[in-house]
Amino acid sequence: MDFVNALVLLLNYIFVPALTYGSQLAIGAIFVTLIYGILRFANFATGDMMSFGTMVAIFFTWYFQSIGLTLGFLPTALVSIPFAILFMGLYMLIIDKFVFKYYRLNKSPPVQLAMVSIGVMFVTQAVVRIIIGPSDRRFFDGEKFLIRANEFKEMTGLNEGLAIKSTQVITIVVTIILVSTLFWFLNKTKTGKSMKAYSDNEDLALLSGIDPKKIVMITWIIAAILATIGGVLYGLDKSFKPFTYFNNMLPIFAAAIVGGIGNPFGAFLGGYVIAFSEILLTYAYKKFFMYVLPESMEPDGLIQLLSTDYKFAVSFSILVIVLLYRPSGIFKGKIL
Amino acid sequence: MRKNLDVVTAYSIMMGLIILVGIFQSWNIALSIFNLCLISAVMTMGANIQWGYAGLINFGIMGFTALGGLAAVLISVNPVQEAWSAGGTNILLSLFLIIGIILAVRFVLKRYQKSRIRNYIIAAIIISGIITIRLVSEPGIEAIEEVNPARTGFLGGLGLPIIFSWIIGAFFAGGLAFVIGKVALGLRADYLAIATLLISEIVIAIIKHEDWLTRGVKNVIGLKRPAPYEVNLQETEWFINLVEKFNSGKLALISDLLERQEALNQFVIEGSSIFVKLCYSGLFLIVVIILLILTQKALYSPWGRMMRAIRDNEEAANAMGKNVVKQHLLIFVLGSAIVGIAGAMLVTQDGLFTPGSYRPLRYTFLIWVMVIVGGSGNNFGAILGGFVVWFLWIEAAPIGLYLVNLTTAGLDDTHFLKVHLIESVPYFRFLMMGVGLLLIMRYRPKGILPEKIEIK
Repeated sequence: MDFVNALVLLLNYIFVPALTYGSQLAIGAIFVTLIYGILRFANFATGDMMSFGTMVAIFFTWYFQSIGLTLGFLPTALVSIPFAILFMGLYMLIIDKFVFKYYRLNKSPPVQLAMVSIGVMFVTQAVVRIIIGPSDRRFFDGEKFLIRANEFKEMTGLNEGLAIKSTQVITIVVTIILVSTLFWFLNKTKTGKSMKAYSDNEDLALLSGIDPKKIVMITWIIAAILATIGGVLYGLDKSFKPFTYFNNMLPIFAAAIVGGIGNPFGAFLGGYVIAFSEILLTYAYKKFFMYVLPESMEPDGLIQLLSTDYKFAVSFSILVIVLLYRPSGIFKGKIL
Repeated sequence: MRKNLDVVTAYSIMMGLIILVGIFQSWNIALSIFNLCLISAVMTMGANIQWGYAGLINFGIMGFTALGGLAAVLISVNPVQEAWSAGGTNILLSLFLIIGIILAVRFVLKRYQKSRIRNYIIAAIIISGIITIRLVSEPGIEAIEEVNPARTGFLGGLGLPIIFSWIIGAFFAGGLAFVIGKVALGLRADYLAIATLLISEIVIAIIKHEDWLTRGVKNVIGLKRPAPYEVNLQETEWFINLVEKFNSGKLALISDLLERQEALNQFVIEGSSIFVKLCYSGLFLIVVIILLILTQKALYSPWGRMMRAIRDNEEAANAMGKNVVKQHLLIFVLGSAIVGIAGAMLVTQDGLFTPGSYRPLRYTFLIWVMVIVGGSGNNFGAILGGFVVWFLWIEAAPIGLYLVNLTTAGLDDTHFLKVHLIESVPYFRFLMMGVGLLLIMRYRPKGILPEKIEIK
């Protein structure tokens, strides 16, 4: 019985939260990696683009709520995602036309494009803060929990409760659908294959008649889809605050590089690697050992490897270690 | 003179703008903008050495700034004796343990051939070392943090004049840069950017949460000053006389004796804070000028030519027998050390150390905007960039407010759009920075004052 309790404890505090957080990171990391692989620059505006998409989704959510449209136990934000994606795609294409296109056609070095993306970061951040303001916003409605800790305890008779928030389930389900569709698109369709070809060798791809304009446009549209959905999922699960979104860019970058930048599948797994290691290393295992070990061997301290303050630092340290020993990432990305 | 006409014009316009702020807003504001411009100029010089001379991207400026600030605390704060006696031995012991681990790892690396077993041994040494350090340091840290937590709760510093920290800050930052450089300089440019950005976040995390060393987010306030205190100035004879002399014209207009005394008091209070700021300006100006002379000399020396050669074509420079890796490391350390000086200067000026205030937007990306806007590779350009961008960063809010009032003049004062826009005026600075950066990158990619290479 104690063993089951210990398992439920780990499920509740480590596995479910890490899986959710990892999914959110994974979507962002695929976004970074696609831009890097096809447009060939590190996009420092990642976090702010996500917050822009989320902002649009919030406005649509408010509008739907005001006209009385809800999804019952599901959050209304899910309805607003397609509309937000439309806006986001438009925004991305406008930015590309007025900013990135010039440098792409001039074949500027990636560093210059990264600098330009910092300019885009500043502008997007300003737009978001001017329109919606810098404060914390919650836009979640519907049923909050799928399983409450108390109900679970009563149901199973265990000491430990397992609470599963509906946003966690939504995040994981949406991620699975989104990522599998994306991989299907990249690997099976003609357009997806030509994107891969373009990413591998631009000149050869051009020679074989692939239209670069189309590739770039599709990349931005996919990026818009990923940014909006990733941002909305994070905002539903936690809350929407422009500053947090900007900060989330850092673990997202870590996930993309750990997975091997330019490799979407690597980025997907990288998100989970980062999320699980952050949570595993900063969790206090005292209670777990109390269940598993006999009473005489119970630990005194918290059995915490690192204090939770260092949560972000963990992912960055992993990144540094990966860069040191395997610069192309765990799952071979572009050769650096 | 003609050759440097653009430099002279650009700087005159900048000075004119600051003087205009002095006339229309107040001299206090103008001087505080000027001081921060000088500090930003030091930071941009550091970044410019790395980017402009050698083409290295350092997005870890925030971390080096914070280390400089930490140096200011560790140098100037008086040591907390109780804390040392409570947990000092544990901390010292942990320090020796860290040194021991490093030596042991180096020994293993040198002694044994590269193999899987060697990796395991190193991992074992590091993990067991970390566990022992935690066991040793934990009680010490707890004891230190319990010593009068509301006021101290940390080890304190050396109690030396804060000016020394400007040099020590450079050493701190340079030391960190050495470690980072050893690890990350082999990476491609945009990877180096991401790696340094993340490493600087780790540095901030450590400074924020190791309360025994830095007091963490509880902040250290009331640091010593290299300049006199306003309160003392207001009571000194010569200063009051000086102020009286300066304002004699205005004072003479007031006939009533009591009123005149009151006016004089007002002038003295204003004058004291201006005087203190002027002291800082003088100190900062000295630093900027020394650094400018040194960097200019370096730029036109054979070493500077070599750096440019490496920047423009790494392979060719390597083929000519220049040690690219070593030179990159050197310049990375030098540039970071200059940023460290700026960090110490910043904390000196503020008189307080707030680890929570170090954010990448303000301390990394803004500095980069300065370098790009000013003109990379040109020291005068970098300094000008620091001035222009900081000036706009501060004055963006008044300008934004003016623009909002102008465009919404037709609307009622309580109209929701106008109220909302006025509330969001502080964020116009981001917009201004972003648009400015994009325009400069597009239409003047070498910055306001582009790099000029003269062959003498």
